Amino acid sequence: MSSLVKNIVRFCLFILVQVFVLDQVPPLHHLAVPYLYFLFILWLPFKMGRRTQMILAFALGFALDCFTKTYGLHAAPCVFIAYMRPFLINLLISQEGTESNYQEPSAKSMGFTPYFTYIFILTVVHHSILFFLQLLQTGGFFYFIMKIIISTALSLGLIFLTELLFTRKQRFRTNTV
Amino acid sequence: MRNIFIFIRVYFNFLFFLFLMGVSLYMLFAYNKYHQTVYSAVANEATGALSTQYNKVQYYFQLKRTNDSLVKANENLYNKLKADFELPDSTSNKVVDSLKNDTIPSARKYLYLSAKVVRNSVNQQNNYIIVHRGALQGIAADMGVIAPNNAVIGSVMEVSGNYAVIMSLLHEQSNLSARLKNSGETGTVVWDGISSKIILLKDISKSVKISAGDTVVTSGFSDKFPSGLLVGYVKDIINDKSSSTYTIRLTPAANFQNLQFAYIIKNFQADEPSQLLKKVKNK
Repeated sequence: MSSLVKNIVRFCLFILVQVFVLDQVPPLHHLAVPYLYFLFILWLPFKMGRRTQMILAFALGFALDCFTKTYGLHAAPCVFIAYMRPFLINLLISQEGTESNYQEPSAKSMGFTPYFTYIFILTVVHHSILFFLQLLQTGGFFYFIMKIIISTALSLGLIFLTELLFTRKQRFRTNTV
Repeated sequence: MRNIFIFIRVYFNFLFFLFLMGVSLYMLFAYNKYHQTVYSAVANEATGALSTQYNKVQYYFQLKRTNDSLVKANENLYNKLKADFELPDSTSNKVVDSLKNDTIPSARKYLYLSAKVVRNSVNQQNNYIIVHRGALQGIAADMGVIAPNNAVIGSVMEVSGNYAVIMSLLHEQSNLSARLKNSGETGTVVWDGISSKIILLKDISKSVKISAGDTVVTSGFSDKFPSGLLVGYVKDIINDKSSSTYTIRLTPAANFQNLQFAYIIKNFQADEPSQLLKKVKNK
Protein backbone atom coordinates (compact mmCIF):
# COMPACT_ATOMS: atom_id res chain seq x y z
CA MET A 1 0.00 0.00 0.00
CA SER A 2 1.38 3.36 -0.90
CA SER A 3 2.10 5.88 1.80
CA LEU A 4 -0.66 8.18 0.59
CA VAL A 5 -3.41 5.57 0.64
CA LYS A 6 -2.21 4.28 3.98
CA ASN A 7 -2.39 7.72 5.55
CA ILE A 8 -5.83 8.47 4.12
CA VAL A 9 -7.17 5.22 5.59
CA ARG A 10 -5.48 5.98 8.91
CA PHE A 11 -6.94 9.49 9.00
CA CYS A 12 -10.47 8.17 8.59
CA LEU A 13 -9.98 5.30 11.05
CA PHE A 14 -8.52 7.47 13.78
CA ILE A 15 -11.33 10.00 13.49
CA LEU A 16 -14.00 7.30 13.48
CA VAL A 17 -12.48 5.47 16.45
CA GLN A 18 -12.17 8.70 18.42
CA VAL A 19 -15.68 9.93 17.62
CA PHE A 20 -17.69 6.73 17.73
CA VAL A 21 -15.78 4.63 20.23
CA LEU A 22 -13.67 6.64 22.65
CA ASP A 23 -16.07 9.58 22.94
CA GLN A 24 -19.03 7.25 23.37
CA VAL A 25 -17.77 4.96 26.12
CA PRO A 26 -19.20 5.87 29.50
CA PRO A 27 -16.64 8.13 31.23
CA LEU A 28 -14.44 6.24 33.71
CA HIS A 29 -13.92 9.33 35.79
CA HIS A 30 -14.22 12.99 34.93
CA LEU A 31 -10.44 13.35 35.03
CA ALA A 32 -9.76 10.48 32.66
CA VAL A 33 -10.64 11.41 29.08
CA PRO A 34 -9.35 8.96 26.46
CA TYR A 35 -7.67 10.48 23.40
CA LEU A 36 -5.99 8.51 20.66
CA TYR A 37 -6.64 10.35 17.38
CA PHE A 38 -3.43 12.45 17.53
CA LEU A 39 -1.36 9.28 17.05
CA PHE A 40 -2.02 9.91 13.35
CA ILE A 41 0.29 12.92 13.51
CA LEU A 42 2.96 11.00 15.42
CA TRP A 43 2.94 8.29 12.75
CA LEU A 44 3.38 10.57 9.74
CA PRO A 45 6.42 9.73 7.58
CA PHE A 46 9.80 11.29 8.41
CA LYS A 47 10.16 12.81 4.97
CA MET A 48 6.93 14.70 4.77
CA GLY A 49 7.31 18.47 4.38
CA ARG A 50 6.68 20.53 7.44
CA ARG A 51 3.92 22.58 5.89
CA THR A 52 2.12 19.43 4.72
CA GLN A 53 2.37 18.03 8.24
CA MET A 54 0.81 21.13 9.71
CA ILE A 55 -1.98 21.23 7.15
CA LEU A 56 -2.75 17.56 7.79
CA ALA A 57 -2.72 18.13 11.55
CA PHE A 58 -5.08 21.07 11.15
CA ALA A 59 -7.39 18.97 8.97
CA LEU A 60 -7.36 16.15 11.54
CA GLY A 61 -8.19 18.47 14.42
CA PHE A 62 -10.86 20.25 12.43
CA ALA A 63 -12.48 16.96 11.38
CA LEU A 64 -12.83 15.98 15.04
CA ASP A 65 -14.07 19.47 15.92
CA CYS A 66 -16.88 19.13 13.39
CA PHE A 67 -18.19 16.19 15.40
CA THR A 68 -17.76 17.68 18.85
CA LYS A 69 -18.97 21.15 17.69
CA THR A 70 -15.98 22.87 19.26
CA TYR A 71 -14.39 24.42 16.19
CA GLY A 72 -10.68 25.01 16.74
CA LEU A 73 -10.38 23.27 20.11
CA HIS A 74 -8.63 20.16 18.81
CA ALA A 75 -7.12 21.85 15.76
CA ALA A 76 -4.88 24.13 17.84
CA PRO A 77 -3.01 21.42 19.84
CA CYS A 78 -2.70 19.28 16.69
CA VAL A 79 -1.04 22.08 14.74
CA PHE A 80 1.26 22.70 17.68
CA ILE A 81 2.48 19.12 17.97
CA ALA A 82 2.91 18.93 14.20
CA TYR A 83 5.15 21.99 14.41
CA MET A 84 7.15 20.56 17.33
CA ARG A 85 7.55 17.08 15.80
CA PRO A 86 10.53 17.66 13.45
CA PHE A 87 12.56 19.36 16.22
CA LEU A 88 11.96 16.44 18.56
CA ILE A 89 12.81 13.87 15.92
CA ASN A 90 16.09 15.63 15.15
CA LEU A 91 16.96 15.63 18.83
CA LEU A 92 16.00 12.05 19.55
CA ILE A 93 17.20 10.10 16.54
CA SER A 94 20.22 8.13 17.61
CA GLN A 95 22.11 7.26 14.49
CA GLU A 96 22.66 8.94 11.18
CA GLY A 97 20.38 7.91 8.35
CA THR A 98 17.37 6.64 10.25
CA GLU A 99 15.16 8.99 8.30
CA SER A 100 16.30 7.49 5.04
CA ASN A 101 16.39 3.89 6.22
CA TYR A 102 12.91 3.84 7.69
CA GLN A 103 9.68 5.47 6.65
CA GLU A 104 8.03 6.56 9.85
CA PRO A 105 8.68 6.83 13.60
CA SER A 106 8.28 3.57 15.50
CA ALA A 107 9.96 1.65 18.29
CA LYS A 108 11.95 -0.26 15.68
CA SER A 109 13.15 2.67 13.64
CA MET A 110 14.04 5.00 16.51
CA GLY A 111 14.79 2.61 19.33
CA PHE A 112 12.41 2.03 22.21
CA THR A 113 13.54 4.75 24.62
CA PRO A 114 13.73 7.62 22.10
CA TYR A 115 10.39 6.56 20.62
CA PHE A 116 8.77 6.44 24.05
CA THR A 117 10.18 9.89 24.92
CA TYR A 118 8.88 11.22 21.62
CA ILE A 119 5.37 9.84 22.24
CA PHE A 120 5.38 10.95 25.87
CA ILE A 121 6.43 14.57 25.24
CA LEU A 122 4.00 15.12 22.38
CA THR A 123 1.13 13.54 24.32
CA VAL A 124 1.77 15.77 27.33
CA VAL A 125 2.00 18.86 25.12
CA HIS A 126 -1.17 17.95 23.23
CA HIS A 127 -3.16 17.32 26.41
CA SER A 128 -1.84 20.43 28.15
CA ILE A 129 -2.91 22.75 25.34
CA LEU A 130 -6.24 21.01 24.89
CA PHE A 131 -7.21 21.11 28.56
CA PHE A 132 -5.83 24.62 28.95
CA LEU A 133 -8.13 25.84 26.16
CA GLN A 134 -11.04 23.91 27.66
CA LEU A 135 -10.53 25.24 31.16
CA LEU A 136 -9.94 28.89 30.30
CA GLN A 137 -13.29 29.85 31.78
CA THR A 138 -13.41 27.70 34.90
CA GLY A 139 -11.46 25.01 36.70
CA GLY A 140 -8.69 25.26 39.26
CA PHE A 141 -4.99 24.69 38.79
CA PHE A 142 -4.96 21.39 40.67
CA TYR A 143 -7.85 20.05 38.60
CA PHE A 144 -6.01 21.07 35.41
CA ILE A 145 -2.76 19.31 36.41
CA MET A 146 -4.54 16.15 37.58
CA LYS A 147 -6.51 16.00 34.35
CA ILE A 148 -3.32 16.25 32.29
CA ILE A 149 -1.53 13.55 34.29
CA ILE A 150 -4.38 11.04 34.39
CA SER A 151 -5.50 11.56 30.80
CA THR A 152 -1.91 11.36 29.56
CA ALA A 153 -1.48 8.04 31.37
CA LEU A 154 -4.68 6.77 29.79
CA SER A 155 -3.64 7.93 26.31
CA LEU A 156 -0.19 6.35 26.67
CA GLY A 157 -1.87 3.10 27.63
CA LEU A 158 -4.09 3.30 24.56
CA ILE A 159 -1.13 4.09 22.30
CA PHE A 160 0.79 1.15 23.74
CA LEU A 161 -2.16 -1.15 23.05
CA THR A 162 -2.48 0.20 19.52
CA GLU A 163 1.21 -0.40 18.87
CA LEU A 164 0.88 -3.99 20.12
CA LEU A 165 -2.32 -4.75 18.23
CA PHE A 166 -1.42 -3.14 14.93
CA THR A 167 2.20 -3.88 14.22
CA ARG A 168 3.40 -1.67 11.43
CA LYS A 169 5.72 -3.39 9.01
CA GLN A 170 8.84 -1.24 8.86
CA ARG A 171 11.00 -2.17 5.95
CA PHE A 172 14.68 -1.47 6.23
CA ARG A 173 15.38 0.35 3.02
CA THR A 174 19.05 0.54 2.13
CA ASN A 175 20.43 2.58 -0.72
CA THR A 176 17.05 3.93 -1.52
CA VAL A 177 17.98 7.54 -1.08
CA MET B 1 11.60 45.38 0.80
CA ARG B 2 14.01 42.66 -0.24
CA ASN B 3 14.81 41.98 3.38
CA ILE B 4 11.15 41.45 4.15
CA PHE B 5 10.91 38.81 1.44
CA ILE B 6 14.03 37.11 2.74
CA PHE B 7 12.62 37.19 6.25
CA ILE B 8 9.36 35.65 5.09
CA ARG B 9 11.20 32.95 3.14
CA VAL B 10 13.46 32.04 6.05
CA TYR B 11 10.72 31.95 8.65
CA PHE B 12 7.98 30.68 6.37
CA ASN B 13 7.33 27.50 8.39
CA PHE B 14 7.07 29.44 11.60
CA LEU B 15 4.79 32.05 10.08
CA PHE B 16 2.64 29.32 8.59
CA PHE B 17 2.44 27.70 12.02
CA LEU B 18 1.37 30.99 13.57
CA PHE B 19 -1.23 31.43 10.83
CA LEU B 20 -2.80 27.99 11.41
CA MET B 21 -2.73 28.48 15.19
CA GLY B 22 -4.38 31.87 14.71
CA VAL B 23 -7.10 30.39 12.53
CA SER B 24 -7.94 27.66 15.05
CA LEU B 25 -7.91 29.98 18.05
CA TYR B 26 -10.04 32.50 16.18
CA MET B 27 -12.55 29.80 15.33
CA LEU B 28 -12.57 28.62 18.94
CA PHE B 29 -13.20 32.00 20.49
CA ALA B 30 -15.44 33.43 17.79
CA TYR B 31 -17.70 30.38 17.74
CA ASN B 32 -19.00 31.07 21.23
CA LYS B 33 -20.26 34.47 20.21
CA TYR B 34 -21.35 33.96 16.64
CA HIS B 35 -22.20 30.34 16.26
CA GLN B 36 -24.06 30.90 13.01
CA THR B 37 -20.97 30.37 10.93
CA VAL B 38 -20.94 29.29 7.33
CA TYR B 39 -18.92 26.11 7.74
CA SER B 40 -20.91 24.86 10.72
CA ALA B 41 -24.10 24.48 8.68
CA VAL B 42 -22.27 22.36 6.11
CA ALA B 43 -20.45 20.42 8.82
CA ASN B 44 -23.75 19.81 10.62
CA GLU B 45 -25.32 18.11 7.65
CA ALA B 46 -22.24 15.99 6.97
CA THR B 47 -21.52 14.84 10.52
CA GLY B 48 -25.24 14.50 11.18
CA ALA B 49 -25.66 12.07 8.29
CA LEU B 50 -22.73 9.98 9.55
CA SER B 51 -24.02 10.03 13.11
CA THR B 52 -27.44 8.87 11.91
CA GLN B 53 -25.84 5.81 10.33
CA TYR B 54 -23.95 5.07 13.53
CA ASN B 55 -27.05 5.60 15.64
CA LYS B 56 -28.96 3.00 13.63
CA VAL B 57 -26.64 0.38 15.10
CA GLN B 58 -26.26 1.87 18.57
CA TYR B 59 -29.99 2.48 18.97
CA TYR B 60 -30.57 -1.26 18.72
CA PHE B 61 -28.62 -1.93 21.90
CA GLN B 62 -30.68 0.52 23.91
CA LEU B 63 -34.12 -0.55 22.69
CA LYS B 64 -35.05 -2.04 26.04
CA ARG B 65 -34.23 1.06 28.07
CA THR B 66 -35.81 3.37 25.49
CA ASN B 67 -38.94 1.26 25.53
CA ASP B 68 -39.13 1.37 29.33
CA SER B 69 -38.89 5.14 29.41
CA LEU B 70 -41.55 5.50 26.71
CA VAL B 71 -43.90 3.14 28.59
CA LYS B 72 -43.47 5.29 31.69
CA ALA B 73 -44.16 8.48 29.74
CA ASN B 74 -47.26 6.83 28.30
CA GLU B 75 -48.44 5.77 31.76
CA ASN B 76 -48.15 9.37 32.88
CA LEU B 77 -50.27 10.57 29.99
CA TYR B 78 -52.92 7.86 30.49
CA ASN B 79 -53.32 8.98 34.07
CA LYS B 80 -54.19 12.45 32.89
CA LEU B 81 -57.03 11.33 30.62
CA LYS B 82 -60.49 12.73 31.33
CA ALA B 83 -61.94 9.22 31.42
CA ASP B 84 -59.98 8.51 34.60
CA PHE B 85 -62.01 10.96 36.60
CA GLU B 86 -65.66 10.83 37.52
CA LEU B 87 -67.42 14.10 37.24
CA PRO B 88 -70.29 14.96 39.59
CA ASP B 89 -73.66 14.37 38.02
CA SER B 90 -74.92 17.78 37.00
CA THR B 91 -77.72 16.74 34.67
CA SER B 92 -80.41 16.57 37.38
CA ASN B 93 -80.02 20.03 38.83
CA LYS B 94 -81.03 23.03 36.87
CA VAL B 95 -78.47 25.71 36.42
CA VAL B 96 -79.05 28.71 34.25
CA ASP B 97 -76.05 29.36 32.17
CA SER B 98 -75.64 33.08 32.19
CA LEU B 99 -72.52 33.01 30.11
CA LYS B 100 -73.72 32.39 26.56
CA ASN B 101 -70.41 32.68 24.85
CA ASP B 102 -67.10 31.69 26.25
CA THR B 103 -65.37 35.00 26.36
CA ILE B 104 -61.97 33.58 27.23
CA PRO B 105 -60.40 32.29 24.06
CA SER B 106 -57.93 29.51 24.54
CA ALA B 107 -54.83 29.66 22.43
CA ARG B 108 -52.13 27.11 22.17
CA LYS B 109 -48.92 28.30 23.77
CA TYR B 110 -46.62 25.29 23.67
CA LEU B 111 -46.24 22.58 21.06
CA TYR B 112 -44.07 19.51 21.59
CA LEU B 113 -42.17 18.18 18.59
CA SER B 114 -40.53 14.78 18.82
CA ALA B 115 -37.01 14.27 17.52
CA LYS B 116 -34.59 11.36 17.26
CA VAL B 117 -31.27 11.88 19.02
CA VAL B 118 -28.42 10.86 16.72
CA ARG B 119 -25.41 11.95 18.70
CA ASN B 120 -24.86 12.82 22.31
CA SER B 121 -21.85 13.27 24.55
CA VAL B 122 -21.43 13.58 28.30
CA ASN B 123 -17.69 13.56 28.89
CA GLN B 124 -16.65 16.75 27.11
CA GLN B 125 -16.30 20.14 28.71
CA ASN B 126 -19.09 21.44 26.52
CA ASN B 127 -21.60 18.80 25.55
CA TYR B 128 -23.92 18.93 22.59
CA ILE B 129 -26.81 16.74 21.51
CA ILE B 130 -27.60 16.42 17.83
CA VAL B 131 -31.12 15.52 16.75
CA HIS B 132 -32.45 14.54 13.35
CA ARG B 133 -34.98 17.32 12.93
CA GLY B 134 -34.13 20.76 11.65
CA ALA B 135 -35.35 24.04 10.24
CA LEU B 136 -37.30 22.29 7.45
CA GLN B 137 -39.30 20.40 10.11
CA GLY B 138 -40.09 23.45 12.21
CA ILE B 139 -37.18 23.74 14.62
CA ALA B 140 -35.62 27.12 15.33
CA ALA B 141 -32.86 28.32 17.62
CA ASP B 142 -33.59 28.97 21.33
CA MET B 143 -36.30 26.34 21.76
CA GLY B 144 -36.33 24.25 24.94
CA VAL B 145 -35.67 20.50 24.80
CA ILE B 146 -36.87 17.79 27.21
CA ALA B 147 -36.38 14.03 27.55
CA PRO B 148 -39.34 11.59 27.41
CA ASN B 149 -39.63 11.65 31.22
CA ASN B 150 -40.37 15.40 31.18
CA ALA B 151 -36.90 16.33 32.35
CA VAL B 152 -35.11 19.30 30.85
CA ILE B 153 -32.03 18.42 28.79
CA GLY B 154 -31.10 21.67 27.08
CA SER B 155 -32.01 24.25 24.47
CA VAL B 156 -31.56 24.42 20.71
CA MET B 157 -28.44 26.29 19.76
CA GLU B 158 -28.21 26.02 16.03
CA VAL B 159 -30.24 24.50 13.21
CA SER B 160 -29.44 23.41 9.70
CA GLY B 161 -31.88 21.93 7.16
CA ASN B 162 -32.42 18.52 8.73
CA TYR B 163 -30.43 18.60 11.96
CA ALA B 164 -30.38 20.67 15.10
CA VAL B 165 -27.56 21.11 17.59
CA ILE B 166 -28.74 21.27 21.19
CA MET B 167 -26.71 22.83 23.96
CA SER B 168 -27.01 20.24 26.71
CA LEU B 169 -27.49 21.25 30.35
CA LEU B 170 -23.98 19.83 30.62
CA HIS B 171 -22.44 22.89 28.97
CA GLU B 172 -20.43 25.68 30.52
CA GLN B 173 -22.73 28.34 29.12
CA SER B 174 -26.01 26.63 29.89
CA ASN B 175 -28.18 28.74 32.10
CA LEU B 176 -31.63 27.68 33.21
CA SER B 177 -34.07 29.36 35.54
CA ALA B 178 -35.44 26.82 38.03
CA ARG B 179 -37.30 26.74 41.33
CA LEU B 180 -37.56 24.49 44.34
CA LYS B 181 -40.90 22.73 44.12
CA ASN B 182 -41.63 22.92 47.85
CA SER B 183 -40.71 26.48 48.73
CA GLY B 184 -41.01 28.16 45.34
CA GLU B 185 -37.63 29.83 45.66
CA THR B 186 -36.08 30.44 42.22
CA GLY B 187 -32.44 30.16 41.21
CA THR B 188 -30.21 29.43 38.26
CA VAL B 189 -29.05 26.00 37.15
CA VAL B 190 -25.50 25.85 35.75
CA TRP B 191 -22.87 23.17 35.21
CA ASP B 192 -19.30 23.32 36.47
CA GLY B 193 -17.91 21.02 33.78
CA ILE B 194 -16.77 18.30 36.14
CA SER B 195 -19.17 15.39 36.43
CA SER B 196 -22.17 14.54 34.27
CA LYS B 197 -24.00 13.27 37.36
CA ILE B 198 -24.06 16.64 39.12
CA ILE B 199 -25.46 20.05 38.16
CA LEU B 200 -25.53 23.15 40.36
CA LEU B 201 -28.41 25.31 41.48
CA LYS B 202 -27.22 28.78 42.47
CA ASP B 203 -28.66 31.90 44.08
CA ILE B 204 -30.97 30.23 46.60
CA SER B 205 -31.17 32.40 49.71
CA LYS B 206 -30.06 30.87 52.99
CA SER B 207 -33.40 31.43 54.66
CA VAL B 208 -34.99 28.61 52.67
CA LYS B 209 -35.30 25.19 54.24
CA ILE B 210 -33.89 22.53 51.95
CA SER B 211 -33.55 18.81 52.43
CA ALA B 212 -31.93 16.15 50.30
CA GLY B 213 -34.25 14.67 47.70
CA ASP B 214 -36.26 17.85 47.12
CA THR B 215 -37.46 18.26 43.55
CA VAL B 216 -36.31 21.16 41.41
CA VAL B 217 -38.51 22.16 38.47
CA THR B 218 -38.43 24.84 35.77
CA SER B 219 -39.67 28.22 36.93
CA GLY B 220 -41.55 29.23 33.80
CA PHE B 221 -39.79 32.58 33.75
CA SER B 222 -37.93 31.88 30.55
CA ASP B 223 -39.84 31.66 27.29
CA LYS B 224 -38.29 28.28 26.46
CA PHE B 225 -39.99 26.04 29.02
CA PRO B 226 -43.42 25.91 30.62
CA SER B 227 -43.23 25.87 34.40
CA GLY B 228 -43.08 22.63 36.34
CA LEU B 229 -40.86 20.48 34.14
CA LEU B 230 -38.38 18.33 36.05
CA VAL B 231 -34.80 19.54 36.35
CA GLY B 232 -33.25 17.50 39.15
CA TYR B 233 -33.24 16.37 42.75
CA VAL B 234 -31.28 17.98 45.59
CA LYS B 235 -28.21 15.93 46.46
CA ASP B 236 -26.42 18.09 48.99
CA ILE B 237 -25.65 21.70 49.80
CA ILE B 238 -22.33 23.45 49.46
CA ASN B 239 -22.27 25.85 52.37
CA ASP B 240 -20.22 28.82 51.26
CA LYS B 241 -19.81 31.02 54.33
CA SER B 242 -18.64 34.02 52.35
CA SER B 243 -21.85 34.34 50.38
CA SER B 244 -25.43 34.93 51.39
CA THR B 245 -26.80 32.31 49.03
CA TYR B 246 -26.61 28.55 48.82
CA THR B 247 -25.11 26.59 45.98
CA ILE B 248 -26.98 23.30 45.80
CA ARG B 249 -25.74 20.18 44.05
CA LEU B 250 -28.44 18.42 42.05
CA THR B 251 -28.74 15.02 40.49
CA PRO B 252 -30.15 15.70 37.01
CA ALA B 253 -33.57 14.16 36.41
CA ALA B 254 -32.74 13.36 32.80
CA ASN B 255 -30.56 10.38 32.07
CA PHE B 256 -27.94 11.94 29.82
CA GLN B 257 -26.12 8.66 29.27
CA ASN B 258 -28.75 7.05 27.09
CA LEU B 259 -30.89 9.57 25.32
CA GLN B 260 -32.65 8.24 22.25
CA PHE B 261 -35.60 10.60 21.89
CA ALA B 262 -36.18 14.21 22.78
CA TYR B 263 -39.10 16.60 22.60
CA ILE B 264 -38.48 20.11 21.40
CA ILE B 265 -40.82 22.72 22.81
CA LYS B 266 -42.10 25.40 20.49
CA ASN B 267 -43.46 28.50 22.20
CA PHE B 268 -45.97 30.40 20.06
CA GLN B 269 -45.93 33.41 22.33
CA ALA B 270 -42.20 33.81 22.67
CA ASP B 271 -41.95 36.92 20.52
CA GLU B 272 -44.35 39.17 22.37
CA PRO B 273 -42.63 39.40 25.78
CA SER B 274 -39.22 39.78 24.21
CA GLN B 275 -40.38 42.59 21.97
CA LEU B 276 -41.96 44.29 24.92
CA LEU B 277 -38.74 43.96 26.84
CA LYS B 278 -36.83 45.46 23.94
CA LYS B 279 -39.20 48.42 23.91
CA VAL B 280 -38.64 49.01 27.60
CA LYS B 281 -34.90 48.83 27.23
CA ASN B 282 -34.90 51.36 24.41
CA LYS B 283 -36.63 53.95 26.56
